[in-house]
Amino acid sequence: MGVVTPGFTGRARSGDPRLPPGQYLAEDFPVLSTGPTPRVRTDNWEFTVVTERGEKRAWSWRELFALPSEKFTVDIHCVTQWSKLDTRWRGVPVETLIGDLDTSADYVMARSYGGYTTNLPLADLLDGQAWVAYEYNGKPLTPEHGGPARLLVPHLYLWKSAKWVRGLQLTTKDDPGFWETAGYHDYGDPWREQRYQGD
Amino acid sequence: MAGTAVSGRLAWRVARLAEARQETPSARTLVFDIPGWPGHLAGQHVDVRLTAADGYTAQRSYSLAAPADGDRVELTVQRVPDGEVSEHLTGRYAAGDPVEIRGPVGGWFVWRPADPAPVLLVAGGSGIVPLMAMIRARRAAGSKALFRLVYSLRTPAERYYAEELLRPVAGLDVTYVYTRELPEGQPGIPRRISVTTLNTAGWPADFGATSYVCGPTGFVETVADILLALGHDPHTIRTERFGPSRD
Ligand SMILES: Cc1cc2nc3c(=O)[nH]c(=O)nc-3n(C[C@H](O)[C@H](O)[C@H](O)COP(=O)(O)OP(=O)(O)OC[C@H]3O[C@@H](n4cnc5c(N)ncnc54)[C@H](O)[C@@H]3O)c2cc1C
Repeated sequence: MGVVTPGFTGRARSGDPRLPPGQYLAEDFPVLSTGPTPRVRTDNWEFTVVTERGEKRAWSWRELFALPSEKFTVDIHCVTQWSKLDTRWRGVPVETLIGDLDTSADYVMARSYGGYTTNLPLADLLDGQAWVAYEYNGKPLTPEHGGPARLLVPHLYLWKSAKWVRGLQLTTKDDPGFWETAGYHDYGDPWREQRYQGD
Repeated sequence: MAGTAVSGRLAWRVARLAEARQETPSARTLVFDIPGWPGHLAGQHVDVRLTAADGYTAQRSYSLAAPADGDRVELTVQRVPDGEVSEHLTGRYAAGDPVEIRGPVGGWFVWRPADPAPVLLVAGGSGIVPLMAMIRARRAAGSKALFRLVYSLRTPAERYYAEELLRPVAGLDVTYVYTRELPEGQPGIPRRISVTTLNTAGWPADFGATSYVCGPTGFVETVADILLALGHDPHTIRTERFGPSRD
């Protein structure tokens, strides 16, 4: 047990089994990002997937919108300790976008409009675990929350769910992205409290 | 990218309260002794962990309010009504009491004394904390970088670091924006930060300044949008959001 702070009792605990350790339930939807909110227009929007050998697929906004989408309800967890339960989204499974591309990559670098990057294992984006999401709560995703489209990987801390996502680069190397370079964990599992490097 | 790579596990260290100052009726500055503190950059934050007698823990992030000074680390905590951690830290928490602290964390929202570029600091409420660390780091390093601070707050009674900021410092201009109540005798009406404020009290877009904006989400969004509208390059605008969000 850690060092006890005299007189600290803590609040009545919710004990909600759906809240990972150290998280509290947020009713609102906090916004965290590193700079101004990019206002990304959909008329020249493009989403690309590039393999480690340079093979490339690209979708315009219209083309992405025309792909089969899923509605899904998930819990999300931010490293700054808020969690939201049962958030409702719509988007295209990442698996659909990777499709039958020929790759032996183990990692992905997600890139955003505005320059943000974050790295993930490719396996964490497949099997119905991740989407390129463009609707939140039945409405188009607003710029503050990453609209027009963001990656959503609900089983990892939210910084992995790159806002204003513009593409995925498949790689064989696990290169750190923006927050990972700044000391945050390479993987970011909320249930194991992987907040910072080495956690 | 200006990252401070952290190697190895970020250790929790025992910190003891050495001194406390009441900053405003609802905010308290806490000075800790943390043996073995590795040092930090202005703008970084730490995580503070409190443990109850039954083993329950709560952990929150707080910006460092002053540059590194040996084993001394300074935070300023704003009491959030019913806030689990801030109520304790601004209330019963007393000299000698331990907490655990780990950090420093964050390598982007930082100012380095070697950087000669002009700096615009825009604070909303307790968002002044990491910006004050930058002002203090500038002074401590004898930096000549030109600084401008625009500090938005509700009333004069809520000013943090009031005396220190009143003392004139060469190369630092301070502008206050009061949103609810003006100081005694000051003409005008309370207002929010606007394009005019930042056009007058900020830097021209082509000065190559770096802007640091910190405060509640709605405030940060507004200020960043104004800076963009004034022609600032998005890559020169760094933001840190804390406190309750509005949406
Ligand atoms: C990088 C960073 C730096 C920070 N620096 C400072 C600082 O220098 N000084 C300071 O006073 N505070 C700072 N904060 C905020 C601080 O971490 C706590 O959130 C705050 O003290 C409230 O904690 P609490 O336990 O008292 O309240 P809680 O019991 O956690 O919450 C009270 C209510 O406030 C809301 N709330 C609390 N925290 C947040 C949050 N982070 N985002 C959105 N809503 C929230 C919740 O809806 C909750 O219901 C910082 C936060 C971050 C992320």
